[in-house]
Amino acid sequence: MTTAALRPVIVGAGPAGVRAAQTLVAHGLRPVLIDEASRAGGQIYRRPPAHFKRAPATLYGMEASRATALHASFDGLHTRIDYRPDTLVWNAQDGELDILHGPTRTTDTVPYGQLIVATGATDRVLPVPGWTLPGVFTLGGAQVALKAQGCAIGERVVFMGTGPLLYLVAYQYAKAGVDVVAVLDTARLSDQLAAVPAMLTQPAVFAKGVFYVGWLRAHGVALHGGVTPLSVQGDERVRGVRFEQAGRQLVLDCDAVGVGYALRSETQLADLLGCRFAFAPLHRAHLPERDAAGRSTVDGVYLAGDGAGIMGADAAEWAGERAALALLSDHGKQVDAARAAHLERKLSKLGTFRAGLERAFPYPQDWAARAPDELVVCRCENVTAGELRECAAQSGADEMNRLKALTRVGMGRCQGRMCGVAAADILADATHQPVHLVGRLRAQAPIKPLPMDMLRANAPGEGAGA
Amino acid sequence: MNWNPWQPLLHRVAETDRAPVSFTIDGVSASALAGDTVLTAVLTHGGQLRRNEFSGLPRAGFCMMGACQDCWVGTESGERLRACSTLIEPGMALSTGVDTGGLA
Repeated sequence: MTTAALRPVIVGAGPAGVRAAQTLVAHGLRPVLIDEASRAGGQIYRRPPAHFKRAPATLYGMEASRATALHASFDGLHTRIDYRPDTLVWNAQDGELDILHGPTRTTDTVPYGQLIVATGATDRVLPVPGWTLPGVFTLGGAQVALKAQGCAIGERVVFMGTGPLLYLVAYQYAKAGVDVVAVLDTARLSDQLAAVPAMLTQPAVFAKGVFYVGWLRAHGVALHGGVTPLSVQGDERVRGVRFEQAGRQLVLDCDAVGVGYALRSETQLADLLGCRFAFAPLHRAHLPERDAAGRSTVDGVYLAGDGAGIMGADAAEWAGERAALALLSDHGKQVDAARAAHLERKLSKLGTFRAGLERAFPYPQDWAARAPDELVVCRCENVTAGELRECAAQSGADEMNRLKALTRVGMGRCQGRMCGVAAADILADATHQPVHLVGRLRAQAPIKPLPMDMLRANAPGEGAGA
Repeated sequence: MNWNPWQPLLHRVAETDRAPVSFTIDGVSASALAGDTVLTAVLTHGGQLRRNEFSGLPRAGFCMMGACQDCWVGTESGERLRACSTLIEPGMALSTGVDTGGLA
């Protein structure tokens, strides 16, 4: 196939998408790069609006050199790609993506010959009574507020959940002068100690984590491990957090809570594209299958970065480049085979560290059994744990899409992005099944809500005044 | 209930020397900074963006990255904006449902 016949489209301009675009450009292609954000960088290297003034070292800390390198690579590509910022993909079929440009509320279609899906991740969240109160945000959200808007989510903040982001965000907030009341980790110190050998396979990354924890401790931030979150308190906004530790119930006053339990892949687009999924025990999630190079089970569709499995930003850069090389070689272009093999080796070596992270910050599998019936699981449709349990008991629903049809869980605007993990745990607990057997919510177009007054580009006879 | 909906939820800790942008929240004049999202503009003044259709309770966003869809806010002309990914513009007239006292 000639270069002219290739029409690659990349979805997502984070670390994976940018490196994929750079690789395609280096081989003489001009990919389309679609990104929901206004500026490239993804969530981790998210760039504030252009006229903001903080230095990269302030914004990204120890990741500043990686962030600036990625941004510089993107800036060098800008005129050599078809870049579509502020644009979300809401449907995919028959070689076309349906897109929506947010600022103009205009929808259009983008044809693709090949597709690299680099859709990234959001926080994996578990509900607790009071989690819908104003003042509760995800850990990633708390970080976005600080990085991209120069705002803190409150004046006295508790960070709660587990995972490396818990300590990183707490550190960033404390550094910015915010009163971090406490870090409440469901993992125990013994979990973290047991994981040390595996974590030492990536000594630099491990050292950063140790530094954040040490810094927080040295600056008097209360760090509690082995915590069971009980509730966020307040009527119309956050007033405090109640939790249990070592058999004692404690309450902390605060005006905001950042919550998260590691990350969750954004897989809806891969699902619409017909990629085959499999349950990945390490990620505790159903993920699109891919080979070591990033090929999905659908011809011409490649997967890279956290959207296909949470492996972190460095891995996303390598996987983006590797997937682009696979796309090129699959379509008759000469690529550097040694480089491709090198990238695959680096990705494969990360596996031990990734398993170590899961050991250090284990998912609190027992939360669902303790969740009270009145707990709101689905933020959009206000569906409670009790309704889910009753549905399972009364109707015999033992699979997620059946549960969705009967209770509307996961049917709201977020399509289960915030409640899907939790609803699966509640259903698995209620039906005494392992969580992988309850299945996963199927993605349905539109995978993001569309405005009712959306305009269609290039449609004769239609337009702003029609 | 002694809740004051005009108590800010977000607090600026950096990047405060930006040009002001005038807009209104539920008919009240307010001032944001150029480069603020609608979410930042509203929540640096008050405590909610919308009310949940089913519970009637206030919501103020959650993920800040376009996934949770819990930050959609109305305008007086009837549009709905995803507040975390829409920049504030001069003259925007936003409606957060504060005065509805129930279902938005």
